[in-house]
Amino acid sequence: MAARFRPDPTFYPSPTMAMQAPPEQLAYVVLLDPTGKQRPDAMAVVDLDPASKSFAQVVGQLDMPNIGDELHHFGWNACSACLCPYAPHPHVERRYLVVPGINSSRIYILDTQPDPKRPHIVRTIEPDEVFRKTGYASPHTTHCGPEGIYVSALGAPDGGGPGGIFMLDHETFDIRGRWEIDRGPQELHYDFWWHLGHDTLISSEWGTPSMVRNGLDAEALLAGKYGHALHIWDLRRRKHLERLELGAEQQMVLELRPAHNPTRPWGFVGVVVSLKDLSASIWLWFLENGKWQIKKVIEIPAEPADPALLPPLLKGFGAVPPLVTDINLSLDDKTLYVSCWGTGEFLQYDVSDPHNPKKTGSVHLGGIVRKAAHPSRPDLELGGGPQMVEISRDGRRVYFTNSLYAPWDAQFYPAGFDGWMVKLDIPEGGKGMTLDPNFFLQFEPGLRGHQIRLQGGDASSDSYCYP
Amino acid sequence: MSDAQAWLALLGLGAFHGINPGMGWLFAVALGLQEQRRAAVLRALLPIALGHALSIAVVLLVIGVLKDVLPDAWVRWPVGLGLTGFGLYKLVRCRHPRWVGMRVSSLDLTWWSFLMATAHGAGLMLAPVLLGWRDGPAVEQASTHHEHMHHAGHHAQHAVEAAGGHAGHAQHLAELGASTPLLGLAATGLHTLGYLLVMGLVAVVVYEKVGLAILRKAWFNLDVVWAAALVITGIVTLTL
Repeated sequence: MAARFRPDPTFYPSPTMAMQAPPEQLAYVVLLDPTGKQRPDAMAVVDLDPASKSFAQVVGQLDMPNIGDELHHFGWNACSACLCPYAPHPHVERRYLVVPGINSSRIYILDTQPDPKRPHIVRTIEPDEVFRKTGYASPHTTHCGPEGIYVSALGAPDGGGPGGIFMLDHETFDIRGRWEIDRGPQELHYDFWWHLGHDTLISSEWGTPSMVRNGLDAEALLAGKYGHALHIWDLRRRKHLERLELGAEQQMVLELRPAHNPTRPWGFVGVVVSLKDLSASIWLWFLENGKWQIKKVIEIPAEPADPALLPPLLKGFGAVPPLVTDINLSLDDKTLYVSCWGTGEFLQYDVSDPHNPKKTGSVHLGGIVRKAAHPSRPDLELGGGPQMVEISRDGRRVYFTNSLYAPWDAQFYPAGFDGWMVKLDIPEGGKGMTLDPNFFLQFEPGLRGHQIRLQGGDASSDSYCYP
Repeated sequence: MSDAQAWLALLGLGAFHGINPGMGWLFAVALGLQEQRRAAVLRALLPIALGHALSIAVVLLVIGVLKDVLPDAWVRWPVGLGLTGFGLYKLVRCRHPRWVGMRVSSLDLTWWSFLMATAHGAGLMLAPVLLGWRDGPAVEQASTHHEHMHHAGHHAQHAVEAAGGHAGHAQHLAELGASTPLLGLAATGLHTLGYLLVMGLVAVVVYEKVGLAILRKAWFNLDVVWAAALVITGIVTLTL
């Protein structure tokens, strides 16, 4: 990999400095074929420059060479963590996208140079190699970090547990093996991120591959078998420290959003559904007097609905669960965005005081019952709901797509839906939001969008070693 | 190599190591920013310098001992070739040592600095100074004292001698024919002094005045310069 003479200009020592970054021009969005059979998944390049004629359109698309990967999350090979003082290597380029297939366990490495609109595959790590070298399957979230590229995996090749984290070399993309040295009682896995200033890694729990691959298992759910805890790890010694229990009724503890400021030992995590009342919730974990704690800070109630309008899975409940499936935190750690994929609502909270979030905005789009339309197409009922959300580094623009995970899409939206992506404008100060009427992107019919990565970085790509 | 040249080379290499963000000052600044106190910056400097000195001392002691028991060429050739090869390797493969951890004790910092200096071949870079220096005074005393002095510029040497203390002591050691390992220790001390001064100065100035935005503009890829320096010192060692 070629080294630069000066640090990559997209690396910033602190989140505050990163907020001064120029506005993003392009987004990379994974597209998946929900049937997993008809065509390969793809990486789309979306034009985000409002001055461009092709604004809010797909300007490049790379089809993968295989069918049925189910591309899901992905990330950059390098980020601001390369500036960390203890092992600095800031002359690598933010250039490659690490793109795992959650169903196939295959990992593609995409080069976004020389033409960022024409990414191409430079390496494919086949499933066998992932299985053999890590003992894990269903690779999911990636983060560039101080030691290389960290990739989470849902479980073992046989579909069971444990799930965990493995590492890729950030120069060669060779698999370096499992990350954990001592995993303690940890078994289920989903997301992970860290507090670099505290040498602490946090991980969350969804379910093993066999618990998620064939759709939500209602029996397992009602028995409280999906994840309901957080895990605290010693990032330096790769050792499990503590399990933070949320309660067995809190099912599926997903996206982790630690404060970007590395000295702030707190963060937010979303819980998809409570067995008690189908509500969803946001929890705050924090370090107080040397002890990690967790508490619920936001509860979003289910909405009563006519059972006739509900999918079979929900008919018996007569209500739509909000299903908080993704959240994201602005780089100044002040604004939290929450996707309610079930009710089709997108929420904004002021979290300047993380212990007391205040709701500052709400937008409806899609939803199981509501099917809310976009202002640019008021005639068009929308399926799916707000899902993978990404925030620009300056916090002034937010983008989201509407697909969760093909087998689960089919359960909650059995009639199917088309994939779309929208943009919200955020005023200075981060309170309030409006849908951009000029940004309603409908993907190629038959393809749905999932995670979004912004060129140059965004609010969930980079981590920082300096406050 | 005259004493003055040796002193200057050791101090200069100390400054070169000290200015490298990956070798200490940036870690000190980060610890200061984390605790929001300048005291944290200052507290980190000595442990980091100690680790650096230990790494250098190990290399110079080994080379010093070998120099005293083996024929000259038996030391110069392996060291020179090793340096050149290591530098070339670093030019091609810019791997960096791995470390994770911001919550560090003084002992951690010393160990970290030792690892960084060792992985970067910081001690090896000083090898030609030690090998050349040992020859210098001996040769001077034997025959070419005056000629050598002219070439080296005796003003500098006089200045160092006038500065007294350590300089005079070390030169004394050399002229008395003290063992090369002892000279290696003296060299380590002087080198570390230059390293500590520059590292400390940069750390405080960046913490107090300049701010970390400078990293984005002025953090030149020292890996290449560093690797080139290793190759050059390797060649110098071979041609001493």
